[in-house]
Amino acid sequence: MKILVCISNVPDTTTKIKFSEGDSSIDTTGVQWVINPWDELSLTRALELKDDPSSGIKSVTVAHVGPVSSEPTIRKALAIGADDAIRVNAGAADAYFVAAQLAELVKKEQFDIIMCGIESSDHNGSEVGAMIAEFLNIPSVSAVSGITPENGIPVITREIDGGREKVTVPAPFVIIVQKGIAKEPRIASMRGIMTARTKPIKVVEPVAGESLTQIISLEKPAPRSACKFIDADNPAQLIELLKNEAKVI
Amino acid sequence: MSVLVFTENWDGKFKKLTYELVSWASEVAKMINGTVTALSIGSVAEGELEKLGNYGAGKVLTVETPALNTLDSQAYAALLSEVVLKEKASVVILSNNNMGKAVAPRLSVRLKAGICSGVSKLPLSTDPFTVYKRAYSGNAFSRVVIKSDIKIVTLAQNSFGIIENPVNVTVEKANVAVDNSLVHTQVKDVEKQSGKILLTDADIVVSGGRGMKSPDNWTPLLELAEALGAATACSRPVSDEGWRPHEEHTGQTGKIISPNLYLAVGISGATQHLAGVSASKYIVAVNTDKDAPIFEAAQYGIVGDAMKILPQLAEAVKHIK
Ligand SMILES: Cc1cc2nc3c(=O)[nH]c(=O)nc-3n(C[C@H](O)[C@H](O)[C@H](O)COP(=O)(O)OP(=O)(O)OC[C@H]3O[C@@H](n4cnc5c(N)ncnc54)[C@H](O)[C@@H]3O)c2cc1C
Repeated sequence: MKILVCISNVPDTTTKIKFSEGDSSIDTTGVQWVINPWDELSLTRALELKDDPSSGIKSVTVAHVGPVSSEPTIRKALAIGADDAIRVNAGAADAYFVAAQLAELVKKEQFDIIMCGIESSDHNGSEVGAMIAEFLNIPSVSAVSGITPENGIPVITREIDGGREKVTVPAPFVIIVQKGIAKEPRIASMRGIMTARTKPIKVVEPVAGESLTQIISLEKPAPRSACKFIDADNPAQLIELLKNEAKVI
Repeated sequence: MSVLVFTENWDGKFKKLTYELVSWASEVAKMINGTVTALSIGSVAEGELEKLGNYGAGKVLTVETPALNTLDSQAYAALLSEVVLKEKASVVILSNNNMGKAVAPRLSVRLKAGICSGVSKLPLSTDPFTVYKRAYSGNAFSRVVIKSDIKIVTLAQNSFGIIENPVNVTVEKANVAVDNSLVHTQVKDVEKQSGKILLTDADIVVSGGRGMKSPDNWTPLLELAEALGAATACSRPVSDEGWRPHEEHTGQTGKIISPNLYLAVGISGATQHLAGVSASKYIVAVNTDKDAPIFEAAQYGIVGDAMKILPQLAEAVKHIK
């Protein structure tokens, strides 16, 4: 079985993002780009599965839709341990467009398990994974916090209201992963970094695709009002304010 | 033209988010001169279904079939798309929670309808259809145009509120076929607690961080939560240490919540933590360090020791309730 891990290239989560009011994208000068944290965890789990002979996983490929400038992030994924990578040479117009491109890859290369993160830390969309599945008319499971082979069949754990459940779906399928899928992201070893240099990044041109949405501008969040401090000797006053001023209790 | 609401229930009772979705839909229906139809999947009593009329739903469609007892996003999206077309809906609204995230993107592809997730306000304009959403984990908001004829929106919980808007309501069975051949999800095992307040649906959340010092110190926090009728949450290190269950972890890599009141106790307020709670209406912090970043995000704060403050807060709550 072959796994495809879809990765998104996002500003490091500690970056203070900068943009001018009304811009449609952020100022990228000085921004550190990283693998979207969720995708890093999903790659980690994919590699753990490959390490486990009972999983039947033979290869882990990463795919990214984006310009050549995102290749350092793809190399990072190769250094962490992905076998190879595919980059669709196109700007990520919107989730619909990106998912159409990735679905095309899955169709051509016949992946069995497709893994996506629950959201990218930039546009917080949570859309691409389930869209890929619908383009291909295959099952998708969302809110996935685990995947473990049992008797050769991948058993998927997903979060539901008030708990979790274990489910199976026939391959090929898409899982949209979240917390719990892997403990800590795997870190590239020195050897990984060396071998990543020679691993292939296949570049493919996009298929015709549309975007259905467009970001027209970004805005700063409204500043929160300054914190009102309540004397530690009189905590009851806080409850009084929450009841009568904020009216939330 | 209509606005279609994908409702959710928990053990047969509508979740609070459902009323919020219907409220949003009613306001949008006014903007486009349309009506509101709500779709309910699963077993919900007639009286409960009719409650949706209080918030502006003129029609409630029901689907009840064992095939849909388990969430199968493919089958759900197929069903929903059929209802959208039958009802000639031009706007579809779901919650931006696990359910919405599983179903809405599939619906988008099925209908070739643009989607915007995590919307927090009414549309800024209906032509072009422009919505407002949170981006960069709360560090920015974006204005997004949905270009297709049918628009799909997922609403950030607690961002809009519940507005009463009573209308006459009819309840009927949805006249659509459920395609059983699309149901591929097989459940092997379920671990589920009923009767607990769902963290993602809670109005009030009391959350503890590393400043709570030890898992043995949680009793006063739980007592305060109980007095407030609140759900409990925690920061990541707390769940990593195993002090609290993983379900409680909030933040960028945990649950993203937006209660009316988020009470952060012994939490420093790291950006990754705030990413999960910054959409809360009110943030209140209790922390020994007056310079902790959490106070920059909070509207109310107490500089003090959690172990001293928590019991007094619980006491004060019991007084007013
Ligand atoms: C990629 C990435 C993702 C992350 N995702 C998340 C996430 O999803 N959620 C998350 O929470 N974190 C996340 N983190 C971790 C985050 O950066 C912080 O380390 C974490 O939030 C700190 O948790 P804390 O506030 O409980 O602990 P600390 O930062 O140690 O803060 C403890 C606070 O308690 C106060 N305190 C001490 N004693 C007392 C007392 N007696 N009474 C009251 N207050 C007291 C201290 O003044 C301090 O402010 C992430 C980090 C990374 C790198």
